Amino acid sequence: MFYSPVITNASEAAKSDKLHLFRYVEDPDQVKVATYEQHGGYKAWRKALTGMSPEQVAETVKNAGLRGRGGAGFPTGLKWGFVPKNSPKPRYLVCNADESEPGTCKDRVLMERDPHAVIEGMAIAAYAIGCHVMFIYIRGEFNHSIDRMEAAMREAYAAGHLGKNLYGTGYDLEMIVHTGGGAYICGEETALLNSLEGERGMSRMRPPFPAIEGLYACPTIVNNVETLATVPHIINHGAEWYRKLGTEKSAGTKIFSLSGHVKRPGNYEVELGFNLKKFIYDPAFGNGIIGDKKLKGVIPGGASTPFLTPDMIDVGLDYESLTVKGSMLGSGAVIVFHEQTCIVWVLLKLIHFFHHESCGKCTPCREGTAWLEQIIHRIEAGEGHPGDIEAMDEVCSNILGRTICPLGDAAVMPIQSAIRLYRDEWQYHIDNHRCLVDTRFEFK
Amino acid sequence: MILTAESIKQIKESAARYPHRKSAILPAITIAYRQVGHLNDDIYREISKIINIPQSEIAEAATFYTLFPKQPVGKYLIQVCHNISCALMGADSLVEYLEHKLAIKKGETTKDNLFTLISVECLGSCATAPMMQINQDFHENLTPAKVDKILADLKAKG
Repeated sequence: MFYSPVITNASEAAKSDKLHLFRYVEDPDQVKVATYEQHGGYKAWRKALTGMSPEQVAETVKNAGLRGRGGAGFPTGLKWGFVPKNSPKPRYLVCNADESEPGTCKDRVLMERDPHAVIEGMAIAAYAIGCHVMFIYIRGEFNHSIDRMEAAMREAYAAGHLGKNLYGTGYDLEMIVHTGGGAYICGEETALLNSLEGERGMSRMRPPFPAIEGLYACPTIVNNVETLATVPHIINHGAEWYRKLGTEKSAGTKIFSLSGHVKRPGNYEVELGFNLKKFIYDPAFGNGIIGDKKLKGVIPGGASTPFLTPDMIDVGLDYESLTVKGSMLGSGAVIVFHEQTCIVWVLLKLIHFFHHESCGKCTPCREGTAWLEQIIHRIEAGEGHPGDIEAMDEVCSNILGRTICPLGDAAVMPIQSAIRLYRDEWQYHIDNHRCLVDTRFEFK
Repeated sequence: MILTAESIKQIKESAARYPHRKSAILPAITIAYRQVGHLNDDIYREISKIINIPQSEIAEAATFYTLFPKQPVGKYLIQVCHNISCALMGADSLVEYLEHKLAIKKGETTKDNLFTLISVECLGSCATAPMMQINQDFHENLTPAKVDKILADLKAKG
């Protein structure tokens, strides 16, 4: 019995020699260290620690072409390489498990159903950067993930995969599970570090980048859960194997969270480059739109990524293809909505989120998201003014690129794209003081 | 004293793990919140004494985070996710349904002090929408029949 009833494609992954993250997530015993070991677990950690230098580990991950799965898509091995080699300070690894971008629910599955994979990936990454105390920062609402990770950590210590003098090499590695307090901004790495230091979770100016001065002003690498859970597979099978998965520039597989108006929402692991249209309509994935209604739009990478209209969805789910379409892969959260959805209503939900989650440190984001919510709120309430669209455009362009962290951009990008792609509907809403389509989603 | 001996012990154990003392603040307020159900100045003062950090710094951190209510709530805090994926699956009508069932408005507590109803930002259950969190537990893929059963079970438990 699983805690979350979420659908996965584990049975496909079990048969595939390419999919690897979801292979055992439908096995309830996978959370136990003995079962994880039987499935080949901790082999990569032993191999890295006893047979490879830290540089070799980082080089392998770099050559594999693994890119950050939290949203930014930055090359993971390259990031590890930014840690200064000669720094006398301790180095820290932090696993970012503050999953809170609307639409995203993939890291939670890994933590709840394959927690040792996360620990093993963290350990290998820690070794690659010379870290002896590593953290996982889990959002505070994920009580079950927290319990699972803590239980797995205790088992990993008892089985000799964490602790002192690991595998007889003299290498020590401690792990700390740290939990958050319900703040989306803490998924931004510098805000996460402030939060971990006991401060308010507000983002920091860069430079210095965390790899130079991060946690406690020491070199720190922050990586997403899914990114780290991928690392053991790369160490086991080699960079070449991983590089051949996915597309040339977007190597590997990725977990996509599919939500909204599809018949079969769930978390699915696919190779990068997988066709979005197939992902929404294929019976093995989304299985089409609820009530066989017409598709109106898709948010392909979480609430902060620009929209795609139905004519744009014949596209590969990878970093480059989505950029060509004017959107982003983001965290891989595909949110689908059908024809009976008012675009202004969608944007009101989104901007309310970003306004609420703005940490308030810098003016463009703090004030700008509030103004945008006010404008969109009045349009949705049927009280829009002529000129509101232009006003939104102006506020957006004064936020974009002018904030300390990416939250400002995240708030603005869906609005700008929604205005561009659905402008007539905004205008209709303002002119007629009502929605173009009757939006009412019954709970049944 | 508000905090129990068990909470104090947990706070001390947690604080001992961190390389720097201030990192113990968030775990300490989390432990206190789990025991009491909310946070306030008296609790900040007690934590301050246990981990030897000024009360103002405890309050500074605690007031940033929305997970911890700052005044008493009902025995069961119902948090409905109202963000986009859940809203597309009827989260707004789920809130109305709960308001009707509990005979309170969003933000209010029932007279018997059993339930408080609020709606919150994304809880990371987007593919099992609509959903709600009651105290520590997630309830996903909700239907009216499921909600009725959950509420009836909690009422019976008291």
